[in-house]
Amino acid sequence: MRCAETGYNLEIDLATGNIEKVETDPKLTELHLGGLGYNVKLFWDRVPPETKAFDPENLLIFSSGLLCGTPAFSFNRTCVTTISPQTELLAYPMMGGFWAAELKYAGYDRVIFRNKSPKLVYIYINNDKVEIRDASHLKGMGTVEIRDILKKELNEPKVSIAAIGLAGENRVFTASIEQGRSSASRLGGGAVMGDKNIKAVVVRGTKDINLARGEEFIKHVNKVGEYIKFRNENPLKGVMTILSGIGSPQEMKHTDEKWHTENFSWGNARTRRRDFWTDEINQSWSSTQRAAIKRYISCFNCPQQCGALISYKDVPRFKQKCFTKLTYSMAAYVDNLEFNFRIAQRATEYGVDGFSTPQILAFAVELYEAGILTDKDFEGCPPDKEGRFNWLLDRVVRREGIGDILADGTYWAARRIGKGAEAFDHNTIKKHEQLPLKLGMMDPLYFLMYSTNEKISITQIEGNWPQAPFPTKEMREEFVKDWPQLPDDHFKQYFLDWEPRGENSNPYYPTPDMCSEIVDWMEEIHNIDDALGLCCGMGSFCLKPPYHTHNYHLLVSSATGLDIDQVGLKKIVNRSRNLHRAYNVLKGMRRADEKPPQDHWKKRFPELEEQLLDTYYKYKGWNMEGIPTKEKLLELDLDYVAEDLERRGILKDGQN
Amino acid sequence: MAKIKKKIKSIKVNADKCNGCRSCEIICSNFHATPKYSSINPARSRIQVILDPMTDIWLPVFAGEYTPAECMGRGKYVIDGKEYDDCTFCRASCPARDRFKEPDSGLPIKCDMCEENDPGQPPLCVQWCYNEVLIYEEREEEVEEEVRLDEIEIGLESLVDKYGFQKLVDSIARMSQKGSSL
Repeated sequence: MRCAETGYNLEIDLATGNIEKVETDPKLTELHLGGLGYNVKLFWDRVPPETKAFDPENLLIFSSGLLCGTPAFSFNRTCVTTISPQTELLAYPMMGGFWAAELKYAGYDRVIFRNKSPKLVYIYINNDKVEIRDASHLKGMGTVEIRDILKKELNEPKVSIAAIGLAGENRVFTASIEQGRSSASRLGGGAVMGDKNIKAVVVRGTKDINLARGEEFIKHVNKVGEYIKFRNENPLKGVMTILSGIGSPQEMKHTDEKWHTENFSWGNARTRRRDFWTDEINQSWSSTQRAAIKRYISCFNCPQQCGALISYKDVPRFKQKCFTKLTYSMAAYVDNLEFNFRIAQRATEYGVDGFSTPQILAFAVELYEAGILTDKDFEGCPPDKEGRFNWLLDRVVRREGIGDILADGTYWAARRIGKGAEAFDHNTIKKHEQLPLKLGMMDPLYFLMYSTNEKISITQIEGNWPQAPFPTKEMREEFVKDWPQLPDDHFKQYFLDWEPRGENSNPYYPTPDMCSEIVDWMEEIHNIDDALGLCCGMGSFCLKPPYHTHNYHLLVSSATGLDIDQVGLKKIVNRSRNLHRAYNVLKGMRRADEKPPQDHWKKRFPELEEQLLDTYYKYKGWNMEGIPTKEKLLELDLDYVAEDLERRGILKDGQN
Repeated sequence: MAKIKKKIKSIKVNADKCNGCRSCEIICSNFHATPKYSSINPARSRIQVILDPMTDIWLPVFAGEYTPAECMGRGKYVIDGKEYDDCTFCRASCPARDRFKEPDSGLPIKCDMCEENDPGQPPLCVQWCYNEVLIYEEREEEVEEEVRLDEIEIGLESLVDKYGFQKLVDSIARMSQKGSSL
């Protein structure tokens, strides 16, 4: 009997219509767990590195995490894995919601799509009944409006639906996959889904998931639950409100946006407006937000309420979470929040990433203002800021006119437009749009996180370590007093000695050695979350989370029955992480790609930055090109990877 | 029948606070698994969250009595702009629908207030509802004395209703003759 996982994959060949339920090898779970870890292994084994995003050989995997569907709170993530059209690397946009758990109750750990369907279809999975159904009547339909139609068509109100909108159908590189209040937004998963001609994947399941040692498992979960209650009643002191709690950033609950609106940059990550948050704005934004939110909502088995049902004036209802609340207003320099609710609703129906897309639209406006794009490109565009953004959004999702170029994101669009447009692509890492942040002093921790992780997404791998030093020694002492989430007590000293100014401050402190330890730890817990299916808001992406390096293994071992301790778990995720890196190395990624945007910080330190990379690579067991060494690969039982890299001449015997 | 004093246990549902996480369904099915906590399947849960998110309906309903026949009514109610029908609030395991039936056998399930749990503890769904949608209440009432059917009797009753008494007896007799193979 398999525990925590179902032990089955669903393999769907879209070209032939062949559907197979395939029993999985339990050994693979021992080696890679589930979610991201397992998916990376599937790509290594089955997808040649030359494969491009829109090649039929590219797989599109929808995977649950190993603990999704169990009673452990907040394990609800679906990890979509595919080659990104934007970065051309192995990407894993993820979403919360209910889909992953429902898939497991239907009896599958993941769905693996290969090849392309000749016509638009949707997939209906209802326990053992799996069908590829015609979706021609759903063409062009919004990701929200499609839900009621499918529920009625299938006569099944309890299905979970992951769908693309017009943007995905048109292979827009920032197309998202939308589901409930969640979306797998980053890096173009929706574009690959559209390329494969899948409009939606609909799931309903009524089967059991087993736990190996259920009573023990529940005891661990109850302890976590007590801590969740404690944290909800006791927000952290000394940090800004948004960082004081647990869960995703509580953007639906908090109305005070002084920090974001004045510290994040407006437009295409361009301008800080330090005096924006006046009393008048505060009142207007707060009342708009309160009027728009009908109800706070949760994901599967999570007590936090990070999302909301939005019901605002004549705007059709939709669900929202996180920073999409304000990204469009800020990018368009529109000083009211109402605009954001209106355009975000349309963007959700279209299915586009709420981080990249506003920056791309603002990028187009900048190019127009700079004379690089012309009136001809903007023919028919309304002159006002709001109208312009709505018009641009429509062009992008339809790939019409200039929209066809913009739909590939700022990096590729800049190169296709030329005429100096490249300089306006100033906020991407590895060709992907980043947080609209422009700061002063280079931060060595963030430098490493931005540069080196495979996520390449907004949250990167930050979270457990405070974003900035605390101003006083007393505050730091207070903070470290109760910090069991740290991997080791000696980290406390790093934090105690870290000061806002002086010798022990950015960029030289924490030292490259300390940074390596801290970043490696944060990356590890992100990778654990992504393999187990935990929302990072309850683990890797918040301060003092309920799940941490000292309790993950207790849940994994009691749920699965596998003999995995803390050290063992570390090794497993390290294995998958290095496999992921090796795969991206085969796809051409090298040290030269590992850099934050040039203007991310005003004050840069080229020598120190090189030293940081050198030190971190060494700490990770990588060579100076960022490639895992043979020694490292053998240590992680990745002999076959070392052989492959040697055969291709990427690793040279005796030199690495 | 004699009147007796009885402790009535019930769960008050403050649906306005429900965020639709379905933790109640998960822990219910996990607690009632055999052995206890050995598996999870929300479809087996004795509490179900009725969902129609875009119309803002998140409504936990817990399983009540088994009924052999569906009722005549299908009345509609509009409350605060949201449309419900009789079935939405109904706690019965009834032939008209799948709700409150074991997904594999179709046998009825009924909330037992987790009475097997430690005495004095509220039902598990209440304990796991961190947003205080489900509130456990106890009160004493004078009620007619009645013989309560246990779970197996409720199941048998539904089989009798479906197949008739004689057929069921015949089947059990036949199965018991096969003996060890069962």
